[in-house]
Amino acid sequence: MEVINYGRSLNNALSDAMADDSRVVVMGEDIGAAGGPFGVTRGLLDKFGADRVIDTPISEAAIVGAATGAAMSGLKPVVEIMFMDFSTLAMDAIVNQAAKAHFMFGGQRPVPLVVRTPHGGGLNAGPQHSQCLEAWFAHIPGLKVVCPSSAANAYGLLRAAIDDPNPVIFVEHKGLYAKKAELDDSRSSQIIGKAALAREGSDATIVSYGATVNTAIEAAELLVEKGIEVEIVDLQSIQPWDRDAVVDSVKKTNRLIVAHEAVEAFGVGAEIAATIADIGFDYLDAPIVRVGAAFMPVPFAASLELGYSPNAGDIVSAVRRTLE
Amino acid sequence: MVPTESSNGSGNLFALYRDMVRIRLAEERLAALFADGAVPGFIHLSIGQEAVAVGVVSALNPDDTVASNHRGHGHALAKGLDLSAFYLELLGKDEGLCRGRGGSMHVADLSKGMLGANGIVGAGMSIAVGSALAHKSLANGQVAVVFFGDGALGEGLLHESINLAKILGLPVLFVCENNGWSEFSATSEQISFNLESLAAGYGLSYSCVAGNDVRKVANAAGKQVAEIRAHSAPSVLECKTLRVRGHFEGDAQKYRTMDGAEVDDHDPLLVAARALRAEGVSDEDLAEARRLVDIEIGQAVEDAKKGSPPSFADALIDVYAQQAGA
Repeated sequence: MEVINYGRSLNNALSDAMADDSRVVVMGEDIGAAGGPFGVTRGLLDKFGADRVIDTPISEAAIVGAATGAAMSGLKPVVEIMFMDFSTLAMDAIVNQAAKAHFMFGGQRPVPLVVRTPHGGGLNAGPQHSQCLEAWFAHIPGLKVVCPSSAANAYGLLRAAIDDPNPVIFVEHKGLYAKKAELDDSRSSQIIGKAALAREGSDATIVSYGATVNTAIEAAELLVEKGIEVEIVDLQSIQPWDRDAVVDSVKKTNRLIVAHEAVEAFGVGAEIAATIADIGFDYLDAPIVRVGAAFMPVPFAASLELGYSPNAGDIVSAVRRTLE
Repeated sequence: MVPTESSNGSGNLFALYRDMVRIRLAEERLAALFADGAVPGFIHLSIGQEAVAVGVVSALNPDDTVASNHRGHGHALAKGLDLSAFYLELLGKDEGLCRGRGGSMHVADLSKGMLGANGIVGAGMSIAVGSALAHKSLANGQVAVVFFGDGALGEGLLHESINLAKILGLPVLFVCENNGWSEFSATSEQISFNLESLAAGYGLSYSCVAGNDVRKVANAAGKQVAEIRAHSAPSVLECKTLRVRGHFEGDAQKYRTMDGAEVDDHDPLLVAARALRAEGVSDEDLAEARRLVDIEIGQAVEDAKKGSPPSFADALIDVYAQQAGA
């Protein structure tokens, strides 16, 4: 049994992947000597040297563009974009280049590339350091989007992302880095596209991912007091997402709530709700309810941000709506 | 006597000349096919700029890598891409280089180090820098080259890429094909600096050549590529050239007047032909070279017309690469 935090779990994944395959390089701003703004790459420079742990200038577009060119030429780059908000600067490389290269060149070669980036609020970091933009990337054919919810799946999902022959947007949550988990085996691998059951229950299904899985667990505990047992599906991967796992759970509970920290409008929840309304309609006894952030930029002041982010109470209300 | 490819001097120039003729005739044929409606989409021709592609690629090894741009046919053919597969792609056929999914703006053959034409101005800059990063990391002795136009000088990515290459000491040659035009506008009205001062500002060595003289381009590129290979330091080569056609085929070019005498003076094929004649190559030899290339192209186009429509099911599968062994 090992107690390990989310950041260390990611660090182990990077370190083990680099030890296993010399083509794996990490690159980004302040990831080498400084160890990464959130410490995820700490120690890698000493272990693997400056040729494989590459400190770059503050040039998001060129970093991801170069990682794409490097992936086309034999490396397996893992890029860090310091805040997900900064991925806007690298959108051409991600969307027009990396995502399309395999398809657009007729399947000549894979483009194995991981873009690690933290999303999410809770740190009062304001409108440009807090956004959850994963739905943008999930909308782009050719990209995979992965979002671990804890130290328990962070390692295995990152190893899977690095092993994947496609560009993977690997979304971490800033609020999780220091969060610890007790694990039997902290280094087991995962499969991209498979969800996990974070909690079993029979009254309603909450589908979530990332840090919001913890919020859903909090909500589940509040609901127990009212005699309601919810099931929680942790997607782990957003693109592709595990339809079978969601449908299986809805077959059992006949009610579906999708909860995430990203704004509700046009989000991951909308995609899941629309799909289940289509392929799972016969199993539903109530309308599907989405829980997401208000349609506003992430505000700075603590009181505003609290109002912005979905909390356990919001999820409890949503569950109760499906049971009315 | 037709000079041989292996000899130096006029023999080498003759081979360069033939490669330029191949690009010219291939694009002229393409223009005709486009006018007939046989080529879907947009095409951007490099007629008048062949010496840059041929001269620079002549300085490379087959495994060196090239990132190109929307005007990329010349780079692709100079890099040795199969002519039939090239036409098959531009006609949107399953047997095309990219199985009909990319077209003119995305011709690529990674097995030949051609990392793709590119529909986004300036995007090849960072792809070449990344390719050079891989070359350095894998210590394979290879060099990466990017061809970009003067229109790309306004793209932020160009600046980021040059800085990144310098800071990381990467083996990459930045080749500017300066034809004076940024799509439909004069570059002089859009860009406040010149490339020489930009290169100096970033600490890169720089040279400038008459880009329509293939021998000059080949010599300059040869020197720079040797330096890059030896010292893993990026450099800039500016080639002054002439875009004879519009930004794209069908562009009426109402924004510009063209001087026919100037075009002839600077036509890279005529420049090379004059030099070859001065070295004793006969008009018959030049005509024979052209005739043979024309036959090759005619055959490639006929092959391409017989291509099959691309498979939608296969295209859908290839949105993602499959895990090896999966």
